[in-house]
Amino acid sequence: MAKFQSLKEAVAENLRDGDAVAFEGFTHLIPHAAAHEVIRQGRKDLTLIRMTPDIIYDQLIGMGLARKVIFSYAGNPGVGLLRRMRDAIENNWPRAIETEEHSHAAMANAYEAGAAGLPCAVFRGYRGAGLKDVNPMIKSVTCPFTGEELAAVPAHRPDVAFIHAQKANRRGDVLVEGIVGVQKEAVLASKRSVVTVEEIVEDFDDLHPNLCVLPHWTVTSIAHVPGGAHPSYTHGYYDRDNAAYMEWDKISADRDLFTAWMRENVLDAGPEVFAARVKGL
Amino acid sequence: MTNLSDFTPNEMMTIAAARALSNDDVCFVGIGAPSAACNVARLTHAPDITLIYESGTIGTAPDVLPLSIGDGVLCETAVTTVSVPEMFRYWLQGGRISIGFLGAAQLDRFGNINTTVIGDYHKPQVRLPGGGGAPEIATSCQEVFITLKQTTRGMVDKIDFYTSLGHGEGGNHRQRLGITTKGPTLLITDLAIWKPDPETKEFTVVSMHRGVTRDRMQDTCGWKVRFSERLEETPPPSELELTTLRELQARTEKAHGGKKGS
Repeated sequence: MAKFQSLKEAVAENLRDGDAVAFEGFTHLIPHAAAHEVIRQGRKDLTLIRMTPDIIYDQLIGMGLARKVIFSYAGNPGVGLLRRMRDAIENNWPRAIETEEHSHAAMANAYEAGAAGLPCAVFRGYRGAGLKDVNPMIKSVTCPFTGEELAAVPAHRPDVAFIHAQKANRRGDVLVEGIVGVQKEAVLASKRSVVTVEEIVEDFDDLHPNLCVLPHWTVTSIAHVPGGAHPSYTHGYYDRDNAAYMEWDKISADRDLFTAWMRENVLDAGPEVFAARVKGL
Repeated sequence: MTNLSDFTPNEMMTIAAARALSNDDVCFVGIGAPSAACNVARLTHAPDITLIYESGTIGTAPDVLPLSIGDGVLCETAVTTVSVPEMFRYWLQGGRISIGFLGAAQLDRFGNINTTVIGDYHKPQVRLPGGGGAPEIATSCQEVFITLKQTTRGMVDKIDFYTSLGHGEGGNHRQRLGITTKGPTLLITDLAIWKPDPETKEFTVVSMHRGVTRDRMQDTCGWKVRFSERLEETPPPSELELTTLRELQARTEKAHGGKKGS
Protein backbone atom coordinates (compact mmCIF):
# COMPACT_ATOMS: atom_id res chain seq x y z
CA MET A 1 0.00 0.00 0.00
CA ALA A 2 1.59 3.26 -1.09
CA LYS A 3 2.66 5.53 1.72
CA PHE A 4 2.84 9.28 1.14
CA GLN A 5 5.94 10.65 2.83
CA SER A 6 8.81 13.08 2.42
CA LEU A 7 11.59 12.00 0.07
CA LYS A 8 13.97 11.96 3.03
CA GLU A 9 11.76 9.49 4.90
CA ALA A 10 11.11 7.40 1.80
CA VAL A 11 14.84 6.93 1.13
CA ALA A 12 15.65 6.31 4.80
CA GLU A 13 12.96 3.63 5.10
CA ASN A 14 13.56 1.81 1.84
CA LEU A 15 17.24 1.85 0.92
CA ARG A 16 19.95 0.11 2.93
CA ASP A 17 23.71 -0.20 2.58
CA GLY A 18 24.62 -2.97 0.16
CA ASP A 19 21.24 -2.95 -1.63
CA ALA A 20 20.79 -3.54 -5.35
CA VAL A 21 18.96 -0.47 -6.56
CA ALA A 22 17.51 0.57 -9.92
CA PHE A 23 16.93 4.20 -10.82
CA GLU A 24 15.07 4.06 -14.13
CA GLY A 25 13.86 6.52 -16.73
CA PHE A 26 14.96 6.24 -20.37
CA THR A 27 16.21 9.81 -20.98
CA HIS A 28 12.74 10.91 -19.81
CA LEU A 29 11.59 10.99 -16.14
CA ILE A 30 15.00 10.26 -14.62
CA PRO A 31 14.68 10.37 -10.82
CA HIS A 32 17.38 12.95 -10.10
CA ALA A 33 15.90 14.31 -6.86
CA ALA A 34 15.72 10.78 -5.42
CA ALA A 35 19.35 10.06 -6.36
CA HIS A 36 20.44 13.30 -4.69
CA GLU A 37 18.62 12.30 -1.49
CA VAL A 38 20.43 8.95 -1.56
CA ILE A 39 23.74 10.79 -1.91
CA ARG A 40 22.87 13.05 1.05
CA GLN A 41 22.07 10.04 3.18
CA GLY A 42 25.41 8.48 2.15
CA ARG A 43 24.35 4.90 1.49
CA LYS A 44 27.31 2.58 0.90
CA ASP A 45 28.26 -0.37 -1.30
CA LEU A 46 25.25 -0.12 -3.59
CA THR A 47 24.83 -2.21 -6.71
CA LEU A 48 23.44 0.26 -9.23
CA ILE A 49 21.25 -1.12 -12.00
CA ARG A 50 20.32 1.13 -14.89
CA MET A 51 20.11 0.76 -18.68
CA THR A 52 21.62 4.16 -19.38
CA PRO A 53 23.72 5.40 -16.48
CA ASP A 54 23.92 9.11 -17.12
CA ILE A 55 24.42 12.11 -14.86
CA ILE A 56 22.84 10.55 -11.75
CA TYR A 57 25.08 7.50 -11.87
CA ASP A 58 28.08 9.70 -12.58
CA GLN A 59 27.15 11.51 -9.35
CA LEU A 60 26.47 8.39 -7.28
CA ILE A 61 29.71 6.77 -8.48
CA GLY A 62 31.76 9.95 -8.11
CA MET A 63 30.56 10.31 -4.51
CA GLY A 64 31.70 6.76 -3.78
CA LEU A 65 28.32 5.12 -3.09
CA ALA A 66 28.62 2.36 -5.67
CA ARG A 67 30.32 -1.02 -5.38
CA LYS A 68 29.03 -2.36 -8.69
CA VAL A 69 27.24 -1.06 -11.77
CA ILE A 70 25.03 -3.16 -14.08
CA PHE A 71 24.34 -1.25 -17.30
CA SER A 72 24.03 -1.20 -21.08
CA TYR A 73 25.04 2.31 -22.18
CA ALA A 74 27.19 4.65 -20.13
CA GLY A 75 27.17 8.02 -21.81
CA ASN A 76 25.96 11.58 -21.40
CA PRO A 77 23.25 11.46 -24.10
CA GLY A 78 24.08 13.62 -27.09
CA VAL A 79 27.14 15.05 -25.30
CA GLY A 80 29.77 12.40 -24.73
CA LEU A 81 31.29 10.18 -22.09
CA LEU A 82 30.56 9.80 -18.38
CA ARG A 83 33.71 11.21 -16.82
CA ARG A 84 33.18 10.21 -13.18
CA MET A 85 32.27 6.64 -14.14
CA ARG A 86 35.32 6.49 -16.41
CA ASP A 87 37.54 7.79 -13.62
CA ALA A 88 36.26 5.00 -11.36
CA ILE A 89 36.78 2.31 -14.01
CA GLU A 90 40.11 3.57 -15.36
CA ASN A 91 41.69 4.97 -12.15
CA ASN A 92 39.65 3.57 -9.21
CA TRP A 93 38.64 7.08 -8.09
CA PRO A 94 37.13 7.55 -5.57
CA ARG A 95 37.02 3.75 -5.29
CA ALA A 96 37.19 0.76 -7.59
CA ILE A 97 33.86 -0.37 -9.02
CA GLU A 98 32.85 -3.66 -10.52
CA THR A 99 30.95 -3.53 -13.81
CA GLU A 100 28.52 -5.95 -15.40
CA GLU A 101 27.81 -4.82 -18.93
CA HIS A 102 24.90 -5.86 -21.14
CA SER A 103 23.08 -4.72 -24.26
CA HIS A 104 19.83 -2.73 -24.03
CA ALA A 105 17.88 -5.77 -25.20
CA ALA A 106 19.36 -7.86 -22.39
CA MET A 107 18.66 -5.24 -19.71
CA ALA A 108 15.08 -4.68 -20.90
CA ASN A 109 14.47 -8.43 -21.02
CA ALA A 110 16.02 -8.87 -17.56
CA TYR A 111 13.64 -6.32 -16.04
CA GLU A 112 10.70 -7.93 -17.79
CA ALA A 113 11.73 -11.35 -16.49
CA GLY A 114 12.00 -9.88 -12.99
CA ALA A 115 8.51 -8.41 -13.27
CA ALA A 116 7.24 -11.75 -14.57
CA GLY A 117 8.73 -13.62 -11.64
CA LEU A 118 11.07 -15.65 -13.83
CA PRO A 119 14.67 -16.52 -12.87
CA CYS A 120 16.12 -15.51 -16.22
CA ALA A 121 15.35 -13.81 -19.52
CA VAL A 122 15.63 -15.61 -22.85
CA PHE A 123 16.01 -13.71 -26.10
CA ARG A 124 17.74 -13.73 -29.48
CA GLY A 125 20.78 -11.65 -28.72
CA TYR A 126 24.54 -11.20 -28.41
CA ARG A 127 25.19 -13.17 -31.59
CA GLY A 128 28.77 -12.47 -32.63
CA ALA A 129 29.06 -9.80 -29.92
CA GLY A 130 32.10 -9.49 -27.65
CA LEU A 131 30.23 -8.90 -24.39
CA LYS A 132 29.38 -12.56 -23.98
CA ASP A 133 33.12 -13.31 -23.82
CA VAL A 134 33.79 -10.83 -20.99
CA ASN A 135 30.56 -11.02 -18.97
CA PRO A 136 30.07 -14.45 -17.31
CA MET A 137 26.41 -13.56 -16.59
CA ILE A 138 25.63 -13.94 -20.30
CA LYS A 139 24.87 -17.55 -21.10
CA SER A 140 22.85 -19.45 -23.67
CA VAL A 141 19.98 -21.94 -23.70
CA THR A 142 18.74 -24.21 -26.44
CA CYS A 143 15.08 -23.97 -27.44
CA PRO A 144 13.57 -27.40 -26.64
CA PHE A 145 11.23 -27.13 -29.64
CA THR A 146 13.40 -25.80 -32.46
CA GLY A 147 16.95 -26.33 -31.23
CA GLU A 148 17.76 -22.65 -31.72
CA GLU A 149 20.44 -21.32 -29.38
CA LEU A 150 19.21 -18.26 -27.52
CA ALA A 151 20.87 -15.85 -25.10
CA ALA A 152 20.01 -15.98 -21.41
CA VAL A 153 20.71 -13.46 -18.65
CA PRO A 154 19.58 -13.46 -15.02
CA ALA A 155 16.39 -11.56 -14.20
CA HIS A 156 16.81 -8.20 -12.46
CA ARG A 157 15.41 -8.39 -8.93
CA PRO A 158 16.43 -5.10 -7.31
CA ASP A 159 15.84 -4.46 -3.62
CA VAL A 160 14.51 -1.02 -4.48
CA ALA A 161 13.41 0.79 -7.64
CA PHE A 162 13.31 4.58 -7.81
CA ILE A 163 11.26 6.25 -10.56
CA HIS A 164 9.80 9.69 -11.25
CA ALA A 165 6.26 10.04 -12.66
CA GLN A 166 3.76 12.68 -13.69
CA LYS A 167 1.18 12.18 -10.98
CA ALA A 168 -0.30 10.11 -8.22
CA ASN A 169 -3.88 10.17 -7.03
CA ARG A 170 -4.90 10.33 -3.37
CA ARG A 171 -5.12 6.56 -3.22
CA GLY A 172 -1.52 6.23 -4.40
CA ASP A 173 -2.00 4.98 -7.96
CA VAL A 174 0.78 6.34 -10.19
CA LEU A 175 0.53 7.53 -13.81
CA VAL A 176 3.54 7.36 -16.18
CA GLU A 177 3.12 9.02 -19.60
CA GLY A 178 5.22 9.75 -22.68
CA ILE A 179 8.38 7.72 -23.17
CA VAL A 180 7.55 5.11 -20.53
CA GLY A 181 10.90 3.32 -20.77
CA VAL A 182 11.29 0.38 -18.45
CA GLN A 183 9.84 1.89 -15.27
CA LYS A 184 6.79 -0.33 -14.93
CA GLU A 185 8.97 -3.43 -15.24
CA ALA A 186 11.55 -2.02 -12.81
CA VAL A 187 8.90 -1.34 -10.15
CA LEU A 188 7.24 -4.74 -10.57
CA ALA A 189 10.62 -6.52 -10.51
CA SER A 190 11.71 -4.82 -7.25
CA LYS A 191 10.98 -5.71 -3.65
CA ARG A 192 10.27 -2.07 -2.78
CA SER A 193 9.68 1.06 -4.85
CA VAL A 194 9.86 4.79 -4.31
CA VAL A 195 8.11 7.13 -6.73
CA THR A 196 8.57 10.89 -6.87
CA VAL A 197 5.75 12.75 -8.64
CA GLU A 198 5.16 16.19 -10.10
CA GLU A 199 1.68 16.42 -8.72
CA ILE A 200 -0.86 14.69 -6.50
CA VAL A 201 -4.44 14.80 -7.78
CA GLU A 202 -7.76 13.70 -6.31
CA ASP A 203 -8.47 10.80 -8.70
CA PHE A 204 -7.72 9.42 -12.20
CA ASP A 205 -11.38 9.36 -13.32
CA ASP A 206 -10.77 11.41 -16.47
CA LEU A 207 -7.88 9.31 -17.81
CA HIS A 208 -7.91 7.05 -20.86
CA PRO A 209 -8.47 3.41 -19.84
CA ASN A 210 -5.20 1.97 -21.20
CA LEU A 211 -2.62 4.35 -19.79
CA CYS A 212 0.41 3.13 -17.93
CA VAL A 213 -0.73 3.13 -14.32
CA LEU A 214 0.96 1.43 -11.38
CA PRO A 215 -1.78 0.49 -8.89
CA HIS A 216 -1.18 1.81 -5.35
CA TRP A 217 -0.53 -1.68 -3.97
CA THR A 218 2.55 -2.08 -6.23
CA VAL A 219 4.21 1.07 -4.88
CA THR A 220 5.87 1.38 -1.47
CA SER A 221 6.41 5.13 -1.12
CA ILE A 222 5.34 8.27 -2.92
CA ALA A 223 7.00 11.63 -2.44
CA HIS A 224 5.75 14.87 -3.96
CA VAL A 225 8.81 16.50 -5.62
CA PRO A 226 7.91 18.99 -8.38
CA GLY A 227 10.76 19.25 -10.89
CA GLY A 228 12.25 16.03 -9.49
CA ALA A 229 13.47 14.79 -12.88
CA HIS A 230 15.60 17.86 -13.67
CA PRO A 231 17.76 18.10 -15.83
CA SER A 232 15.81 15.26 -17.44
CA TYR A 233 12.23 16.18 -18.30
CA THR A 234 8.64 15.37 -17.45
CA HIS A 235 6.35 15.09 -20.47
CA GLY A 236 3.53 17.59 -20.08
CA TYR A 237 5.34 19.59 -17.37
CA TYR A 238 8.78 20.79 -18.49
CA ASP A 239 11.40 20.16 -21.19
CA ARG A 240 14.82 18.59 -20.95
CA ASP A 241 17.50 21.03 -19.76
CA ASN A 242 19.97 20.31 -22.54
CA ALA A 243 22.29 23.10 -21.37
CA ALA A 244 22.67 21.37 -17.98
CA TYR A 245 23.69 18.12 -19.71
CA MET A 246 26.34 20.00 -21.68
CA GLU A 247 27.53 21.83 -18.57
CA TRP A 248 27.89 18.49 -16.76
CA ASP A 249 30.59 17.56 -19.26
CA LYS A 250 32.75 20.38 -17.84
CA ILE A 251 31.82 19.92 -14.17
CA SER A 252 32.51 16.20 -14.27
CA ALA A 253 35.83 16.60 -16.09
CA ASP A 254 37.62 17.71 -12.90
CA ARG A 255 37.55 15.97 -9.51
CA ASP A 256 37.70 19.18 -7.47
CA LEU A 257 35.12 20.98 -9.57
CA PHE A 258 32.86 17.94 -9.28
CA THR A 259 33.27 17.75 -5.50
CA ALA A 260 32.56 21.44 -5.05
CA TRP A 261 29.51 21.26 -7.31
CA MET A 262 28.14 18.28 -5.42
CA ARG A 263 28.57 20.07 -2.08
CA GLU A 264 26.79 23.19 -3.24
CA ASN A 265 24.01 21.62 -5.31
CA VAL A 266 23.38 18.29 -3.61
CA LEU A 267 24.83 17.93 -0.10
CA ASP A 268 23.85 21.43 1.03
CA ALA A 269 20.51 21.43 -0.81
CA GLY A 270 17.22 19.54 -0.52
CA PRO A 271 14.47 18.21 -2.78
CA GLU A 272 12.64 21.54 -2.61
CA VAL A 273 15.23 23.21 -4.90
CA PHE A 274 14.09 21.17 -7.93
CA ALA A 275 10.87 23.14 -8.52
CA ALA A 276 12.85 26.34 -9.16
CA ARG A 277 15.28 24.55 -11.50
CA VAL A 278 12.55 23.71 -14.02
CA LYS A 279 10.94 27.17 -14.10
CA GLY A 280 10.97 28.41 -17.69
CA LEU A 281 11.88 25.05 -19.23
CA MET B 1 20.55 31.49 -50.54
CA THR B 2 22.16 28.07 -50.61
CA ASN B 3 25.63 27.99 -52.07
CA LEU B 4 25.66 24.67 -53.89
CA SER B 5 29.34 24.56 -54.76
CA ASP B 6 30.32 25.08 -51.14
CA PHE B 7 29.21 22.04 -49.17
CA THR B 8 31.20 20.36 -46.43
CA PRO B 9 32.28 16.68 -46.40
CA ASN B 10 29.96 16.17 -43.42
CA GLU B 11 27.00 17.55 -45.35
CA MET B 12 27.86 15.27 -48.27
CA MET B 13 28.00 12.31 -45.90
CA THR B 14 24.60 13.04 -44.39
CA ILE B 15 22.99 13.62 -47.76
CA ALA B 16 24.52 10.52 -49.36
CA ALA B 17 23.22 8.49 -46.43
CA ALA B 18 19.78 10.06 -46.72
CA ARG B 19 19.59 9.06 -50.39
CA ALA B 20 20.03 5.40 -49.48
CA LEU B 21 16.73 5.40 -47.57
CA SER B 22 13.33 4.95 -49.16
CA ASN B 23 9.68 5.55 -48.32
CA ASP B 24 9.04 1.89 -47.55
CA ASP B 25 11.85 1.57 -45.02
CA VAL B 26 11.33 1.01 -41.35
CA CYS B 27 14.50 2.40 -39.90
CA PHE B 28 15.96 1.93 -36.42
CA VAL B 29 17.85 5.15 -35.88
CA GLY B 30 21.07 5.17 -33.86
CA ILE B 31 22.38 8.21 -32.06
CA GLY B 32 24.83 10.46 -33.94
CA ALA B 33 25.10 11.06 -37.68
CA PRO B 34 22.38 8.49 -38.58
CA SER B 35 19.64 10.63 -37.06
CA ALA B 36 20.41 13.61 -39.31
CA ALA B 37 20.47 11.43 -42.44
CA CYS B 38 17.18 9.72 -41.61
CA ASN B 39 15.42 13.01 -41.04
CA VAL B 40 16.79 14.60 -44.22
CA ALA B 41 15.42 11.58 -46.11
CA ARG B 42 12.04 12.08 -44.44
CA LEU B 43 12.01 15.79 -45.27
CA THR B 44 12.98 15.26 -48.94
CA HIS B 45 12.32 12.13 -51.01
CA ALA B 46 10.97 9.74 -48.37
CA PRO B 47 8.16 11.52 -46.47
CA ASP B 48 6.52 8.23 -45.46
CA ILE B 49 9.64 6.53 -44.07
CA THR B 50 9.08 5.06 -40.61
CA LEU B 51 11.71 6.20 -38.11
CA ILE B 52 12.05 4.32 -34.86
CA TYR B 53 14.22 5.37 -31.92
CA GLU B 54 15.10 2.84 -29.23
CA SER B 55 13.34 4.91 -26.56
CA GLY B 56 10.14 3.35 -27.92
CA THR B 57 8.97 6.02 -30.35
CA ILE B 58 7.59 4.50 -33.57
CA GLY B 59 6.94 6.55 -36.70
CA THR B 60 8.39 9.73 -35.29
CA ALA B 61 8.72 12.98 -37.26
CA PRO B 62 10.72 15.48 -35.21
CA ASP B 63 10.90 19.09 -36.34
CA VAL B 64 14.41 19.38 -34.88
CA LEU B 65 17.09 16.74 -34.39
CA PRO B 66 16.89 15.25 -30.92
CA LEU B 67 19.91 15.68 -28.63
CA SER B 68 19.20 12.30 -27.06
CA ILE B 69 17.32 9.24 -28.31
CA GLY B 70 14.55 10.03 -25.83
CA ASP B 71 13.79 13.72 -26.39
CA GLY B 72 10.16 14.74 -25.90
CA VAL B 73 9.76 15.79 -29.54
CA LEU B 74 10.18 12.14 -30.61
CA CYS B 75 7.25 11.03 -28.49
CA GLU B 76 5.06 14.02 -29.36
CA THR B 77 5.38 13.41 -33.11
CA ALA B 78 5.28 9.58 -33.05
CA VAL B 79 2.48 7.35 -34.30
CA THR B 80 2.81 5.46 -31.03
CA THR B 81 5.26 5.13 -28.14
CA VAL B 82 5.88 1.72 -26.61
CA SER B 83 7.89 0.56 -23.61
CA VAL B 84 11.58 -0.26 -24.04
CA PRO B 85 11.10 -4.02 -23.45
CA GLU B 86 8.36 -4.06 -26.09
CA MET B 87 10.60 -2.13 -28.50
CA PHE B 88 13.39 -4.68 -28.25
CA ARG B 89 11.19 -7.79 -28.09
CA TYR B 90 8.32 -7.26 -30.52
CA TRP B 91 9.68 -4.70 -32.94
CA LEU B 92 13.42 -5.34 -33.20
CA GLN B 93 13.67 -9.04 -32.31
CA GLY B 94 10.33 -9.65 -34.03
CA GLY B 95 11.94 -8.72 -37.35
CA ARG B 96 9.86 -5.62 -38.07
CA ILE B 97 12.80 -3.35 -38.87
CA SER B 98 14.25 -3.19 -42.38
CA ILE B 99 17.28 -0.99 -41.74
CA GLY B 100 19.40 -0.42 -38.66
CA PHE B 101 21.47 2.72 -38.92
CA LEU B 102 24.62 2.77 -36.80
CA GLY B 103 27.57 5.03 -36.11
CA ALA B 104 30.93 3.72 -34.87
CA ALA B 105 33.97 4.72 -32.81
CA GLN B 106 36.05 1.97 -34.46
CA LEU B 107 35.16 0.05 -37.60
CA ASP B 108 36.96 -2.69 -39.50
CA ARG B 109 36.83 -3.68 -43.19
CA PHE B 110 34.05 -6.21 -42.53
CA GLY B 111 31.72 -3.74 -40.81
CA ASN B 112 32.37 -4.97 -37.28
CA ILE B 113 31.92 -2.09 -34.84
CA ASN B 114 33.51 -1.11 -31.53
CA THR B 115 31.90 1.50 -29.28
CA THR B 116 32.90 -0.17 -26.00
CA VAL B 117 36.59 0.30 -25.11
CA ILE B 118 39.91 1.35 -26.54
CA GLY B 119 42.53 -1.09 -25.26
CA ASP B 120 41.87 -4.20 -23.20
CA TYR B 121 38.29 -4.63 -21.96
CA HIS B 122 39.31 -5.26 -18.35
CA LYS B 123 41.98 -2.54 -18.28
CA PRO B 124 40.77 -0.01 -20.82
CA GLN B 125 42.79 2.96 -22.00
CA VAL B 126 39.51 4.67 -22.78
CA ARG B 127 36.14 3.48 -21.56
CA LEU B 128 33.60 4.40 -24.28
CA PRO B 129 29.82 4.47 -23.64
CA GLY B 130 29.23 0.89 -24.83
CA GLY B 131 26.83 -0.80 -27.19
CA GLY B 132 23.35 0.21 -26.04
CA GLY B 133 21.02 -1.32 -28.59
CA ALA B 134 23.69 -2.05 -31.21
CA PRO B 135 24.50 -5.75 -30.56
CA GLU B 136 20.93 -6.75 -31.42
CA ILE B 137 20.32 -4.02 -34.02
CA ALA B 138 23.28 -5.44 -35.96
CA THR B 139 21.77 -8.92 -36.17
CA SER B 140 17.98 -8.41 -36.01
CA CYS B 141 17.47 -5.66 -38.62
CA GLN B 142 17.17 -6.95 -42.20
CA GLU B 143 20.23 -4.91 -43.14
CA VAL B 144 22.57 -2.38 -41.56
CA PHE B 145 23.87 0.96 -42.82
CA ILE B 146 26.92 2.48 -41.14
CA THR B 147 28.03 6.06 -41.24
CA LEU B 148 31.20 7.69 -39.86
CA LYS B 149 33.92 10.18 -40.71
CA GLN B 150 37.05 8.63 -42.18
CA THR B 151 40.11 8.68 -39.92
CA THR B 152 42.88 6.16 -39.36
CA ARG B 153 41.82 6.16 -35.70
CA GLY B 154 38.26 5.16 -36.57
CA MET B 155 38.77 2.86 -39.56
CA VAL B 156 41.23 0.33 -38.24
CA ASP B 157 42.79 -2.95 -39.31
CA LYS B 158 41.65 -4.61 -36.10
CA ILE B 159 39.03 -3.29 -33.69
CA ASP B 160 39.74 -3.54 -29.95
CA PHE B 161 36.33 -4.97 -29.07
CA TYR B 162 33.45 -6.55 -31.01
CA THR B 163 30.55 -4.46 -29.74
CA SER B 164 28.38 -5.47 -32.67
CA LEU B 165 28.86 -7.98 -35.44
CA GLY B 166 29.25 -6.96 -39.06
CA HIS B 167 30.47 -9.72 -41.36
CA GLY B 168 32.80 -11.12 -38.68
CA GLU B 169 35.83 -12.61 -40.39
CA GLY B 170 34.17 -12.07 -43.77
CA GLY B 171 32.71 -14.51 -46.28
CA ASN B 172 29.76 -16.45 -44.89
CA HIS B 173 30.67 -15.92 -41.23
CA ARG B 174 27.20 -14.60 -40.37
CA GLN B 175 25.50 -17.66 -41.83
CA ARG B 176 27.88 -19.90 -39.91
CA LEU B 177 26.67 -18.22 -36.73
CA GLY B 178 23.07 -18.98 -37.71
CA ILE B 179 22.24 -15.37 -38.55
CA THR B 180 19.84 -14.89 -41.45
CA THR B 181 19.87 -11.09 -41.77
CA LYS B 182 22.17 -9.38 -44.28
CA GLY B 183 24.34 -7.32 -41.91
CA PRO B 184 26.16 -4.21 -43.16
CA THR B 185 25.26 -3.49 -46.79
CA LEU B 186 26.38 0.12 -46.97
CA LEU B 187 29.06 2.35 -45.44
CA ILE B 188 28.75 6.06 -46.00
CA THR B 189 31.64 8.29 -44.98
CA ASP B 190 32.48 11.94 -45.47
CA LEU B 191 34.61 10.91 -48.47
CA ALA B 192 32.91 7.96 -50.15
CA ILE B 193 30.28 5.27 -50.39
CA TRP B 194 31.40 1.68 -49.72
CA LYS B 195 29.64 -1.64 -50.27
CA PRO B 196 30.70 -5.14 -49.20
CA ASP B 197 32.23 -7.40 -51.84
CA PRO B 198 29.61 -10.08 -52.63
CA GLU B 199 32.05 -12.90 -51.83
CA THR B 200 34.59 -11.70 -49.27
CA LYS B 201 32.22 -9.13 -47.64
CA GLU B 202 35.12 -6.67 -47.38
CA PHE B 203 34.01 -3.08 -47.84
CA THR B 204 34.90 -1.80 -51.31
CA VAL B 205 34.71 1.82 -52.44
CA VAL B 206 31.98 2.16 -55.07
CA SER B 207 31.66 5.94 -55.22
CA MET B 208 33.90 8.80 -54.12
CA HIS B 209 32.50 12.21 -53.28
CA ARG B 210 33.51 15.09 -55.54
CA GLY B 211 37.15 16.16 -55.22
CA VAL B 212 38.24 13.09 -53.21
CA THR B 213 41.36 11.26 -54.44
CA ARG B 214 42.40 7.63 -54.03
CA ASP B 215 45.37 8.78 -51.98
CA ARG B 216 43.15 10.64 -49.58
CA MET B 217 40.96 7.56 -49.22
CA GLN B 218 44.00 5.51 -48.23
CA ASP B 219 45.47 8.22 -45.97
CA THR B 220 42.28 8.27 -43.87
CA CYS B 221 41.79 4.53 -43.59
CA GLY B 222 43.70 2.01 -41.49
CA TRP B 223 43.29 -0.94 -43.84
CA LYS B 224 44.34 -1.32 -47.48
CA VAL B 225 41.50 0.27 -49.42
CA ARG B 226 39.94 -1.69 -52.28
CA PHE B 227 38.22 0.19 -55.08
CA SER B 228 35.45 -1.08 -57.32
CA GLU B 229 36.30 -1.54 -60.99
CA ARG B 230 33.30 0.63 -61.75
CA LEU B 231 34.16 3.49 -59.43
CA GLU B 232 31.70 6.38 -59.62
CA GLU B 233 31.54 9.96 -58.39
CA THR B 234 28.81 10.69 -55.85
CA PRO B 235 26.44 13.33 -57.27
CA PRO B 236 26.85 16.53 -55.22
CA PRO B 237 23.97 17.67 -53.00
CA SER B 238 20.97 19.18 -54.75
CA GLU B 239 19.65 22.54 -53.64
CA LEU B 240 16.67 20.85 -51.94
CA GLU B 241 18.90 18.41 -50.05
CA LEU B 242 21.35 21.02 -48.87
CA THR B 243 18.71 23.56 -47.91
CA THR B 244 16.73 20.93 -46.04
CA LEU B 245 19.78 19.80 -44.07
CA ARG B 246 20.92 23.32 -43.25
CA GLU B 247 17.48 24.46 -42.16
CA LEU B 248 17.09 21.35 -40.01
CA GLN B 249 20.43 22.06 -38.34
CA ALA B 250 19.59 25.74 -37.84
CA ARG B 251 16.28 24.82 -36.16
CA THR B 252 18.09 22.26 -34.06
CA GLU B 253 20.79 24.68 -32.97
CA LYS B 254 18.18 27.23 -31.95
CA ALA B 255 16.16 24.64 -30.03
CA HIS B 256 19.13 23.24 -28.12
CA GLY B 257 20.78 26.54 -27.34
CA GLY B 258 23.79 26.31 -29.59
CA LYS B 259 24.45 22.57 -29.58
CA LYS B 260 23.82 20.61 -32.73
CA GLY B 261 21.61 17.58 -32.23
CA SER B 262 22.59 14.19 -33.47
